[in-house]
Amino acid sequence: MTTDIPMDKTTDTTTKVSTPEATPIIPLPHAAARGLTVAGSALALIGTFLAWTWTDEFPGNLTVTGYPGGLQVLTLVGSLLTLLFALAGYGIRGLGWLTPGGKNSPVLLAALGVLGVTGYAMGAIAQELGGLVNLEPGAWVSGIGALVAVVGALGLPVDQPYDAADPHPHLWGRVRHALTAPEPGRAKDLPSWLEILIIAAGFGVGLYVFAYGISTEYSELFIGFLVLAAFGFTAVTRAGLLKRLSALTAKHRNVTLGAAFAAAICFPFTQTNDQFALIGANILIFATVALGLNVVVGLAGLLDLGYVAFLGVGAYAAALVSGSPASTIGVTFPFWAAVLTGAVASLIFGVVIGAPTLRLRGDYLAIVTLGFGEIFRITMNNLNGNSGPDVTNGSNGIPQIPDLEIFGFNLGVPHDVLGHELTRSANYYLLMLVFTIIVVMVFRRSAESRIGRAWVAIREDETAATAMGINGFRLKLLAFALGACLAGLAGTVQAHVSYSVTPEQYQFAGPVPPNSAFLLAAVILGGMGTISGPLIGAALLYLIPAKLQFMAEYQLLLFGIALMLLMRFRPEGLVADRRKQLEFHETGQLDVPEDKPLPEGATGVAKAGA
Amino acid sequence: MTTTTTAPTTTTVLDASGVTMRFGGLTAVRSVDLTVNTGEIVGLIGPNGAGKTTFFNCLTGLYVPTEGKVAYKGTVLPPKPHLVTQAGIARTFQNIRLFANMTVLENVLVGRHTRTKEGLWSALLRLPGFRKAEEASRERAMELLEFTGLAAKADHLARNLPYGEQRKLEIARALASEPGLLLLDEPTAGMNPQETRAAEELIFAIRDQGIAVLVIEHDIRFIMNLCDRVAVLVQGEKIVEGPAEVVQADERVIAAYLGEPFEGAPGAAEAAEVEAAEGDAHSTTEGDDK
Repeated sequence: MTTDIPMDKTTDTTTKVSTPEATPIIPLPHAAARGLTVAGSALALIGTFLAWTWTDEFPGNLTVTGYPGGLQVLTLVGSLLTLLFALAGYGIRGLGWLTPGGKNSPVLLAALGVLGVTGYAMGAIAQELGGLVNLEPGAWVSGIGALVAVVGALGLPVDQPYDAADPHPHLWGRVRHALTAPEPGRAKDLPSWLEILIIAAGFGVGLYVFAYGISTEYSELFIGFLVLAAFGFTAVTRAGLLKRLSALTAKHRNVTLGAAFAAAICFPFTQTNDQFALIGANILIFATVALGLNVVVGLAGLLDLGYVAFLGVGAYAAALVSGSPASTIGVTFPFWAAVLTGAVASLIFGVVIGAPTLRLRGDYLAIVTLGFGEIFRITMNNLNGNSGPDVTNGSNGIPQIPDLEIFGFNLGVPHDVLGHELTRSANYYLLMLVFTIIVVMVFRRSAESRIGRAWVAIREDETAATAMGINGFRLKLLAFALGACLAGLAGTVQAHVSYSVTPEQYQFAGPVPPNSAFLLAAVILGGMGTISGPLIGAALLYLIPAKLQFMAEYQLLLFGIALMLLMRFRPEGLVADRRKQLEFHETGQLDVPEDKPLPEGATGVAKAGA
Repeated sequence: MTTTTTAPTTTTVLDASGVTMRFGGLTAVRSVDLTVNTGEIVGLIGPNGAGKTTFFNCLTGLYVPTEGKVAYKGTVLPPKPHLVTQAGIARTFQNIRLFANMTVLENVLVGRHTRTKEGLWSALLRLPGFRKAEEASRERAMELLEFTGLAAKADHLARNLPYGEQRKLEIARALASEPGLLLLDEPTAGMNPQETRAAEELIFAIRDQGIAVLVIEHDIRFIMNLCDRVAVLVQGEKIVEGPAEVVQADERVIAAYLGEPFEGAPGAAEAAEVEAAEGDAHSTTEGDDK
C-alpha cells in the first residue's frame, strides 16, 4: 500500500533519533585505529631522520641522513605531538595531563598538521626541483606515515555525541564534529609555585615558537611553520591545555603579565640577525598602536578608520624636534621631551578632530574619521613650501633622523649585553617594549575603572548610558584623545626606528602595516576589548606579509579573503573575551557560579509573553 | 475634578509646568503640569499613543521640551540626560535597555557613575582614593542587588537574565544613582500576576526608602493598588488627576479608554446607577429583583 511507505519511514527515523551514537568517520576497531595512529606518527618521525631529497638546492638542506633540518624539523615536532596525544589515549601514566579536554580530536588535528607539513614539503620539493622523482625514500616514509596516522585518527571514537538537533550529520558535518571536543573540567589545585612555573613554561614555549616563526629564513619554511602552528595550536586548544593555562593566568594575573614581558625581553637575545630584530621592533610598534586603537574601538565602540594619522602626528612631531638636518625647526629635544611633544601633539590633534566628529554615531563617525585620516596625509604632502608653508618637506618627508641616545646609551650602535650582541634594532625593540608596557597598563587600568565601565556602557547603549548619568560626549572624547595620545607615543619611537617619516607611511590601506585598515584588522582579528588579541593580531598581520614576499601583489586580496573567513567562522576574533564569546555564540554561560535560591520566591520567573 | 492630595509636611520633588512637545506639526504632549511630592507614588496612565513616554523623555532630558520647564526640588533642570540623572532623577525604559553584554554587577556599577568622582588619572595611577571608592561602589551595588533579589546572579551577563529579572535589574541600576525621584516606564509590561505583585512590593519598598516614584502603567489594577495619585494623559493632554478611585470613576477617563457613549445612550450617572444596582444585586440574595 502506498500509505504504508511514509509511515514506515517516519517510524524508521524516530528509532534512529532515539540512539544518537557518534560513530568514527572510518569504522575501525578502537585498538586498530589507535595502533595505526601510533605506528603512522612513529613512521613519520623516523622518516625525518632520512634524506628527503638528493640535492641541497631545495632550501634547508634535507639531504642529510640522521640530522633533520628545515621542514623536516617541523614534521618531527608535529609527529612527536601526535604520538604524545595518541599515547595519552592509552591511559599511560604521566601523560593524562595532556588531554584534560578532548581525547581524540587533538590526535586527529595533530596528525592533520603533520600530513599538511609533510605533504606541503613533498609538493614544494617536487615543484621546485621538477618532479616527484627528486624525492628520496625518507620523504615517502614520512608522507605515508602521516597519511596512515590521519587514517588511524579518523578511526578513533569521537569525543562528544552529536548535537541533539542534528543527530545524523553528513560526512562534512561528521568531520567537523570529529574536530570538536568537550571543555575540560575543573583542574586539581596545584601548589602555587608549580602553577607559576607552568605559566613561565607556557610563555617560554610561546616565545620559542614566535622567535622561530620570525627567524624562518625562506618562505617554504614559514608556510610549513604556519600550517603546523595552526593545527598544533588548535590541537592543544582541543586537548583543553589552553583552557587550563588560561585558568592559571587568570588566577595569577600579575605573574602572567610579568612572564609575558620577561618573554618579550628575552626575544632580542634569541636573535643574532638585525633584520629579524627589526621585524620584532616593527611588530611591537604596530601592536602598540593597535592596542591604542583597541581603547577607541574595543572599549568605547567608536569606529575610527583614520587612526594611523595619530601615529603620523606623533612621528612627525618627534622628527621635527629630533635634530634631523632636514627638519624645518632647528631644535633638538632630548628624548623624553620629544616623547612628550609627540604625545601632546597627537592629543591635541585627537581633541580637535574628535570634538566635532564625536557628535556623530556609527557609520557617520567611521566615514568622517576616514576622511580626517586622509586629510592628514594630504596636508603633510602639501606643507612643502609650494602649495603651503614649508613644514614637512612634502612628499620627501623628514629623512636622516638621528639615533637616540638615552643616558649616554646610543641606541644606534650594537652593544654587548650578557655576552650577547644587541643590534640597533634590538635596542629599539627594547625601548619600544617599554612603551608597549605603558600602553598595556593604561589599557588595563582604564578598562577596569569607572571610566572604562562608562565606555563599555556607551558602546552597549549610548541612550541608556546617558540616562545613567554618563556624559556621553565627554567620555567619548576622552577615549578618542587617550587613543590618539597612545598612538602618538608609539609614533615618536617609530620615527627613530625607520630613520625617516614620509606622508606615504600613513595611508588608509597599503601593503605595509601599520596603516588604518591593518590596525583595525589587527584589533578585529585578534579580538576586540582584549589585551592579548591586538598583540597577536598585529604580530600575524605584520609577519605574514613580511615573510611571504612572493604574494605581495595579491596581499590585499588574500587579506580580504582571510577576514571574510574569519568573520564567518570566528567573529569574536582569535582571542575572545567572555562578553564577545557570548555575544556571537548563543551558548549557555558556563563560567558562572551555580544559582543560589533567591529570596521572596523570585526564582522560576519565566519570560511571560510580550 | 483635579483634586490634589498634598499632605502638609511634604515637599515637592518634581514640578513640571506647561510641558509641551511638538514633533513638526504633531503635538505629542500639550501643556502638561504635574507635581510629585516626597514619599508619593504617582501613576501616569493613558491609552496607547497618549504621550506618556514622550512626557517621560521630556522630564529626563532625552527630549528638549518645546515649551515649559521641569524643576527638581526647586531647581530648573537643564535638558541633558546626564545632568538630570546627576540632579537626582533616575529612570527605566519601556523596552528594557540594559547593557546586555556587561554583568549584572557591572550594570549597577555604571549606575553609580554620577555618584563617584574617580577620573582617568586616578584610575591610571591607582591613586590612594581609587581602590577605596571602587570598593565602596561595589559594596553599594551589591546592597542594591540584595535589595532587588539579584545578588546571586551578580556575575551573570545581563542578557542571560530572565525577563522579569531584567526589569528588576533596570530598577536596581536606576537606584544606584541615588535618586530622589524614580521614573518607571511600564515596569510590569509582560509580567505574570505573580511577578506583578512582586514588582508592586518592590516599588513600595523603594517608596519606603524615601524615594518618590512616578510610574507609567497600563495595568489598571496594579496602578490602583499602588498609587496615591493618578494622572491621566489622553492625546497629549492631562485630563484628570486625583486619587485612584476618583480617576477610575471619571467619565472622561472611561470615554478615553472605551470610547464616547453614542447619542441617547445612558449617561455616566445612569451607568453608575446601574452599576451600583448590579453591585447590590450581587451582594444580596438572588431572589431580590431590582
